[in-house]
Amino acid sequence: MALPTKDLMASIAATRFGLGARPGEIDAARSDPQGWLSRQIVGRGADLGVANYDLSASRIADFRNFRADRRDQRMEAPKTEMGMKPGETPPEKDPVQIAGRMIREGAAEDFLARARNAASTDASFRERWATFWCNHFTVSGVKLITAVTVGPFEAEAIRPRVFGKFEDLLIASSAHPAMLLYLDQAQSTGPNSRIGMALQKRPNPRNRGGGLNENLAREILELHTVGVDGGYGQADVTEFARCMTGWSVGNQREPEKFGKFVFREYAHEPGDRTVMGKRYNDRGVDQAASVMKDLAASPKTARFVCTKLARHFVADVPPPELVADLEKTWLSTGGHLGEVAKTLIASPHAWAAEPHKFKTPYEFLISSYRLIGGQPGAIEHLAPTLNGLGMKAYSPPSPKGWPDEGAYWATPDALIKRMAWAESFSAQVAADRDPDALARSGLGARLSERTGKAVARAESRPEALSLLLMSPEFQRR
Amino acid sequence: MTAHLLTRRSLLAAGAGLSVAFMGRSASADDALAGRKLIVVICRGGMDGLSVSPPIGDPDYAGLRRGIAIPSEAALRLDDTFALHPSLAAIHTMARQGEARIVPAMASPDRARSHFEAQDVLETGAAGVYATDSGWLNRSLSAMGDRRVPALSVGATSPLIMRGPVQTGAWSPGRASEKSSRLPSLLMDLYAGDPLLGPAFAQGLETEAMAKATMVDMSKAPPPGYAGGGLAGLQRQGQASAKRIGQTVAGFMMQPEGPQLVALSAEGFDTHANQGAAQGQLANRLAYLDSLAEGLREGLGAQWSKTVVVFATEFGRTARINGTGGTDHGTGSTAILLGGALKKGGIVGDWPTLKENALFEGRDTRPSIDSRALFKGLLADHMGIDRRALDTTVFPDSAGVAPVLGLV
Repeated sequence: MALPTKDLMASIAATRFGLGARPGEIDAARSDPQGWLSRQIVGRGADLGVANYDLSASRIADFRNFRADRRDQRMEAPKTEMGMKPGETPPEKDPVQIAGRMIREGAAEDFLARARNAASTDASFRERWATFWCNHFTVSGVKLITAVTVGPFEAEAIRPRVFGKFEDLLIASSAHPAMLLYLDQAQSTGPNSRIGMALQKRPNPRNRGGGLNENLAREILELHTVGVDGGYGQADVTEFARCMTGWSVGNQREPEKFGKFVFREYAHEPGDRTVMGKRYNDRGVDQAASVMKDLAASPKTARFVCTKLARHFVADVPPPELVADLEKTWLSTGGHLGEVAKTLIASPHAWAAEPHKFKTPYEFLISSYRLIGGQPGAIEHLAPTLNGLGMKAYSPPSPKGWPDEGAYWATPDALIKRMAWAESFSAQVAADRDPDALARSGLGARLSERTGKAVARAESRPEALSLLLMSPEFQRR
Repeated sequence: MTAHLLTRRSLLAAGAGLSVAFMGRSASADDALAGRKLIVVICRGGMDGLSVSPPIGDPDYAGLRRGIAIPSEAALRLDDTFALHPSLAAIHTMARQGEARIVPAMASPDRARSHFEAQDVLETGAAGVYATDSGWLNRSLSAMGDRRVPALSVGATSPLIMRGPVQTGAWSPGRASEKSSRLPSLLMDLYAGDPLLGPAFAQGLETEAMAKATMVDMSKAPPPGYAGGGLAGLQRQGQASAKRIGQTVAGFMMQPEGPQLVALSAEGFDTHANQGAAQGQLANRLAYLDSLAEGLREGLGAQWSKTVVVFATEFGRTARINGTGGTDHGTGSTAILLGGALKKGGIVGDWPTLKENALFEGRDTRPSIDSRALFKGLLADHMGIDRRALDTTVFPDSAGVAPVLGLV
């Protein structure tokens, strides 16, 4: 398979591999589109990464303290359903309510910072690569506690490691408090652990509680590593869940570890375990980590994740040749993601002239800002539109993350809503911009004659920009 | 196709906001099905059948469920064995009027306990996972041939059950500006020949026109995926919005040539931890379903007598409470049937009981009925689809799965 012309490659580099071309970007990539992409691969990982876990710890602590305060407040003064009692603090001055609001605003700020970086970075391939991994290891903000920790999770566990070893990424994401809370691992206890035995002895069966929760174990196997056809059964899920008992999050009584990863020996199910045919000695916290290392090294994981990468970057039905190229590098480098990224860039099968991918709502909004060289100024510029298009900020519908198929996103309803958004966006930004120039700088050699003419013939600048944003080639990448 | 687009474009140009002809529709459809309607609600995440329709008369129920067992004094009685969850009051009223029945031990043919695999099988109607990328509702439309009815999915994204070669409508609350614009017709030109965007955009414009014609105010309705959040106020708001969504969808269906086959999704049933009993997390989600059902029934009015609604989930949950006050992925679960078109009757399918040796793999409700059997029965009796199509194209390789007939 031959590579397209340099002109076309430059626009593909910025729009398919990247998050959409900012003015001048396609020109900058033209002399060496593959080099322009490769230079974005850096050992320190993606932007916005941090090397410590302080932010997630403080968010979890704030949230837990807030919840305790709210409980106390309710015990002291049970509120009537309607209105306030005389002498009561109005809601806008109530410290507990203020704390609750600040907690929610933290999540909104995280999301805005991520979107602003995506819209403004000159290394948008790096950012797309990072976003792929954030979605692969989904923590969804469907619970308030996870909503406030998704941003820190991405910054602490994912972003620093996206060009390192897959194994490190897997263990870091599985051990992060946000993941432990999202998939209920933090509460899972071994039935024969010290705490498990103590709970069994309680007189009233209703209070016995405690026990195994297999949610995270199952999703690591099914979604993060070997995939649903990975050759494991219910017994493997349960055994892996037993290995992971004790992986938890520090609480109020442990000031040093409050909101951070802890291993609770007394909750860990004692004994050796067998997962997918291999025996794992009981080495406490390392028992589960050993399983994860083997899962990361499995050729099934290489196949499963490389297929997902090819689907994300190139086509809903990924070219098998590209999957094979990625898999080969994955296996020969032990899952070195920086090397896999270089192979993606080098493979001619990633450069088909035809754009097969329909943009997700987030990609559509980000690429629109990039088109005009702008960035969103407030969460309100993004959140309601993403909600309406079915892609609520930080809230994928399940641990599987956002679907990566055009058929999911390109509904009649979504197209009408995209059009409405394009109209209102254009009404605000088109007045002092030249839509013809934006069509060329945003799409380069991908601009079709038909779209070029429609933009040129439009009655007004807002109409021209709306047509450009809604054109088949801008909706795809 | 081309002629059709030209017709709509001229309508739009004339400023007529009432283009309601759905694509693929033919003139004879009205007589053929006489306005019969089928609504499928997918409850995602693995809905706990043992809480939806608690078998409070089953001697093993309370012991297995302990703290999350629905107390018999709170449960809404159906018969000697079964009750409904206290959140399902409206559905219980329907049941007493012979307009609701439960299928207490249903499962798809999939046994992997993976959400995604099980939802795939439930929605594609295939015998195994990832066998096809179209949904059985879409293939039902194909099977209707010249009696094809209009269809609609609710939500901003497309559920697999409705995906496929037949272009269907899609709608979700909160939509486009009212101002007139040349943009729709210019975009129709730009999308001409585009196999994905062309048909989808045309359908979107038609549904938009229909939305304007419905009487219910949709602009205030939050999206259907809205989760209650646990606070009482949010919960009430969630229920009110669920009811309004039910009424709005009914409003669409009441339009002349409105959709007769509708798919909705409800999320948030993956209750691994703190699922609650008569109150709590799961109770809130069920209250949402109850309000949705109430809204549909009210909104459909006299048309309710021609309607069947099915609530189904990808799998049930473990019979035993787990270590975190919840339940893990299981197998058999409850489906709920509603509608004025239903015949009166007791539970659909057998109840395998919760005896230790009756549990599937020692942990789950053992399925007594294949979900395809239920769907095939409804499609045959209610939507007039012939058996051969049901056995081969709508539910591939399912000749061995006999439809449950006689429910309508």
